[in-house]
Amino acid sequence: MLHIKCPHCGMRSQNEFAYGGDASVKRPELNKEISDLEWDNFVYLRKSLRGKHLELWHHISGCRQWFKVQRDTSTHEIFKTVKANEDI
Amino acid sequence: MQKYSIFNLIKNAFSGHQNWDLAWKDATPKKEYDIVIIGGGGHGLATAYYLAKEHNITNVAIIEKGWLGGGNMGRNTTIIRSNYMYDDNALFSEFGMDLWRKMSQDLNYNVMFSPRGIINLAHSDAQMNIFTRRGNSMRLNDIDAVLLNREEVKEIIPMADFSDNVRFPIFGGLMQPSAGTARHDAVAWGYARQADSMGVDIIQNCEVTGFDVSGGKINGVRTSRGDIKVKKIGLCVAGSTNILAEKLNMTIPVETHLLQACVSEPVKPVLDKVVTFGAGHFYISQSDKGEMVMGGDLDGYNSYAQRGNLPTLQHVLTEGIAMMPFLSKLKILRTWGGIMDMSMDGSPIIDKTHIEGLYLNCGWCYGGFKATPASGWTFAHTIAQDRVHKLNAGYSLNRFNTGHLLDEKGLGTKTWIA
Repeated sequence: MLHIKCPHCGMRSQNEFAYGGDASVKRPELNKEISDLEWDNFVYLRKSLRGKHLELWHHISGCRQWFKVQRDTSTHEIFKTVKANEDI
Repeated sequence: MQKYSIFNLIKNAFSGHQNWDLAWKDATPKKEYDIVIIGGGGHGLATAYYLAKEHNITNVAIIEKGWLGGGNMGRNTTIIRSNYMYDDNALFSEFGMDLWRKMSQDLNYNVMFSPRGIINLAHSDAQMNIFTRRGNSMRLNDIDAVLLNREEVKEIIPMADFSDNVRFPIFGGLMQPSAGTARHDAVAWGYARQADSMGVDIIQNCEVTGFDVSGGKINGVRTSRGDIKVKKIGLCVAGSTNILAEKLNMTIPVETHLLQACVSEPVKPVLDKVVTFGAGHFYISQSDKGEMVMGGDLDGYNSYAQRGNLPTLQHVLTEGIAMMPFLSKLKILRTWGGIMDMSMDGSPIIDKTHIEGLYLNCGWCYGGFKATPASGWTFAHTIAQDRVHKLNAGYSLNRFNTGHLLDEKGLGTKTWIA
């Protein structure tokens, strides 16, 4: 069982959370001209790192806030959690 | 190569089974090969076998970081099926079904293929409609599909919950009678033995540390057991695809996730079909030893751990008990996990890449085992001929740019959502 520290509610069990995927993927800027290829790459390409991975989680059975987690994808160790608008 | 037969079995019985040939030799890497396959799992072994058998290319090495068939080939739930709606998936899988039917004879190795049938249960009128549509699509592609009503399902699997007060009542199901299971290790061993006998080097405990690429071409591969010169490399590493892609400066439309499976204690024969729960993600069959073999959802977050977490297992088994209440009486014997190469549309990739001489085989999601022969056959063709076969033309890498996605389940890019 993972224990995840929600930046708003504190340490809770994995059961309260939903995963939101790679947080390092950046949506292209609004109103900026981009090619189809750039858009496709944003939608489909993933690094899926082994080791430290920055990802989004949703405290869906708690405060319902999205936030960022830095977690190791081979040991599942969680290093740090921050609010969605903060950087690690 | 020593043929496996009843006569050889009797002959060897007289010498106490001490004189059987080794099934394959433990090769050490040579300096140069025509083709190197990275990944000694089912797909890699099958690819090497079909390169030798169909294309007469035998100066081939398979390099494997761990041991032969020790990844997902030894961790799957052995289900074989071709119950797909889209033509690309259906025709590819049905081609594979044909190879499965002939496999034991073809490999001179009993893979215990058991076409016992698979039933996908439906729990609403809407689901019956969508299954009708899928069944019709299957039949248009010459795949056997039978739509069952509630009574017909009850006759086949009376142990499922047909009582009135259930949350997800069984409305019926879609059955593919020719689907089934096979002994997964035997498939790996059978392919390995035949590939080895035709001259393929199977090199275990050999980790890829880098690639020699210059001028957009593959020139070699660096390994923990020395550098190997080679013009063509087939990448067949399932959950480790992203790790090797990084060494090639490639980013690919695949995420690596964790999938668990488990078996119960062995019980007397009770279930002679593969059954899937339609209101969640749970599947079950009974092994020849009597264990109930079960699996379901991904753990739900990127992982390379090859070991799972209890909340997911509890969730999956809750679905199982909802479908077949007798399961609650059984003890779990073993649980394990493997890492899945989850592609962004749920369908695989078997294609050339922008690097000349580099071929990619990945993105198998939940369904890699059943694809073993068809994947090996088409990948061997793609590598040997340097062009894709029409069977794997739909599994292109650039479909994510051209829009020709094969999203059979309509899940989009959130691969962890069941």
